[in-house]
Amino acid sequence: MISNTIILPVLMHMLIAVLLIFFWRNVKAQKIISVAGNLLVLGLGIEIFMLTWNNGIQTTQAGAWRAPFGITFVADVFSSSMVLLTAIAGTAVGLFSTVGIRRERMKYGYFPIYHFLLMGLNGAFLTGDIFNLFVWFEIIIIASFVLMTLGGRRLQIGAGIKYVTINLLASVIFLTAIGILYGLTGSLNMADLSLKIAAIENRGLVNVTAMLFFTSFGIKSAVFPLYFWLPASYHTPPSAITAIFGGLLTKVGVYALIRTFTLIFVPDAFTTNVLLVVATGTLLTGALGALVKKDIRKLFSYLIVCHIGYMIAGLGMFTEIAIVGTLFYLFHDMMAKTNLFLITGLMTKIRGSGYYKDTGGLYKDYPRLSLIIAIVFFSVVGVPPLSGFWPKIYLFQAGLGTGSYILLGAMIIASFITLYVMAKCWSEMFWKPQPEENKKEPDNFSKMNRWDKTWMVGPIIMLAFISLYIGLGAEKIMMVSKHIAGELMDTGPYIKAVLGK
Amino acid sequence: MELYLAILIGVLYAAGIFLMLRRSMVKLLLGLILLGNGANMLIFLLGRITKGKPPVIPENTSIFTDVYADPVPQALILTAIVISFGLQAFAITLLKRVYVVTGTDDLDKLNVTDDEDI
Amino acid sequence: MKTIILKVASNYLLPLLLLFSVFILLRGHYEPGGGFVGGLIASIAFVLHAFANGLKTTQKFLKYHPGVAIPIGLGLSLFAGLLPMFAGLPFMKSLFFSQPLPVIGTISTALVFDIGVYLVVVGVTLTILFTISETVND
Repeated sequence: MISNTIILPVLMHMLIAVLLIFFWRNVKAQKIISVAGNLLVLGLGIEIFMLTWNNGIQTTQAGAWRAPFGITFVADVFSSSMVLLTAIAGTAVGLFSTVGIRRERMKYGYFPIYHFLLMGLNGAFLTGDIFNLFVWFEIIIIASFVLMTLGGRRLQIGAGIKYVTINLLASVIFLTAIGILYGLTGSLNMADLSLKIAAIENRGLVNVTAMLFFTSFGIKSAVFPLYFWLPASYHTPPSAITAIFGGLLTKVGVYALIRTFTLIFVPDAFTTNVLLVVATGTLLTGALGALVKKDIRKLFSYLIVCHIGYMIAGLGMFTEIAIVGTLFYLFHDMMAKTNLFLITGLMTKIRGSGYYKDTGGLYKDYPRLSLIIAIVFFSVVGVPPLSGFWPKIYLFQAGLGTGSYILLGAMIIASFITLYVMAKCWSEMFWKPQPEENKKEPDNFSKMNRWDKTWMVGPIIMLAFISLYIGLGAEKIMMVSKHIAGELMDTGPYIKAVLGK
Repeated sequence: MELYLAILIGVLYAAGIFLMLRRSMVKLLLGLILLGNGANMLIFLLGRITKGKPPVIPENTSIFTDVYADPVPQALILTAIVISFGLQAFAITLLKRVYVVTGTDDLDKLNVTDDEDI
Repeated sequence: MKTIILKVASNYLLPLLLLFSVFILLRGHYEPGGGFVGGLIASIAFVLHAFANGLKTTQKFLKYHPGVAIPIGLGLSLFAGLLPMFAGLPFMKSLFFSQPLPVIGTISTALVFDIGVYLVVVGVTLTILFTISETVND
């Protein structure tokens, strides 16, 4: 099915960004345009999801160049659900930013860059061309560089150097991999590559290329030996920015991994072994890192790393059940992690600090808000029947089915450590009485007017309810995940939709 | 020709990685630039080098009948160069800013703020 | 740099180089050239002017901040890409006028796209170079 609608989320974000640049100094107009634009893209996201869900895979050929030669945009249910979730997270963070980001940052182009970032994310999800994927990745990282360093505090730019260097290195590796892939096959279209790679005799060279892609995407999604940049940089920018980074940026790496390793490089024994080892390492190191941190933002940064492990694990086991678990976990994690960092922003606003020793007593002062936050915390931990619980059943089942007992052990340990750190966080932040020194610290949240409070808490409540829906309506999400897993395991329809044969 | 290019690419990658492992920020940036150039040359080499056969269809015909140089790698390299132009401009400005704020070019000195809690 | 030869020459070179950049921009569809190269040549013209006469003079000469060209160029390119979508064709499909104009040749949406690229390149390059040289002088 050919449809122009599928690239509208990309174009709409670009249009919004261009409009926002015209209103460079007018912060109020920027806020209105940004929020309105986000809602519009949310509508488009729902429409595209319904379109692909009802009518199958949609494609459009940019410039009407036919498939293996031109750039193809493809929306299957996987892409369109990622676009939809990006739109939801983007809207929530956009709303939160209107009060969560300082005026000075907005004057230096926070909103235009934010929309360029979302444009890049949508483009990466929708493209069907491996070099075009590289270009979208570059748009994402350059926008994230600016967001990371905007404001230019000492801590921020120190972390910025690490973040910039490691991401540039990942790009170079990605480019090298594309070069070798092009030399091997003479094609860049992912559907075409899928056919051509399968026909290559020299599997050693194919595996080397696959590992180069894995390294590059692995750096971006922060897997085991390559994750160290993430906890070193994610705690420095404002919470709204970390929320979009933590919720979406690492996940686009996971998306690219899932896409390339199901469509182009179908895992053989060697690749699955690498993926399983990496997944085990990611789960354990992330969890152990989270165990010792006493600053909530660093703690949650390590939790991002830890939970990426579950998704890699599902991909590594490479059975249909495991992929279903991976996808469900991905959907749950995008919502939960975005919300988790928005919550850190709110808590820092209330108490003026994110360290355990300085804070406490939130439950006493804000009981209703605390209950909403409790839902999110329990979702992250995976207490049944909330959203983190369901994918783990599938992953554990796949672990038993494939006999990967070490991985299974790592997943269980990581789950328990997540439970422990979230429980500790809850008791330190919410139940512990507020320390005396902290009582002198002004509560910046209660001083805000009613509207500002709504804009700050509204997105958190919205995302919490979506997490709740993913948990309680797990049947529907499971249906979508199973459909996608079917699409990923049987690439025939995808290739047929792109190449038309 | 291919052999020389392969050696050149190897030298560029090696020099890039060597420079990245130094402590100075300027050398780090130079290393990244060299690595990027190495990757571009790699794409150029792997796109098959064909001499003197431009991919332009002569006016009196409508399809290629001859061997021609593949234009795709050149398009890829051009795109990669444009992207790295933007990234490097940003990186230079960032390094400049870091130097102004911290007063040092040494990467090790940036680490002081990282591990205040463990 | 304070050399009288460069100073005088740059005043004549500026319009010449700008003209050349437009020439490169227009021939870009079938022959080597295009918006990116044209934009680079145009920004080199201004950079040369800034070298000879100082940054302040060039900025005064330009009247507007070069960054203004970025959203205009982006908007033009986006418009050129969107136009075929209103006709039900895929994004970025090149549309042609049937009658060629004198001197310029056949107008197409590809040209509008290239002009957008030209403006973005001029805007971005000049913004970057002006920002870097401003901080150097501080």
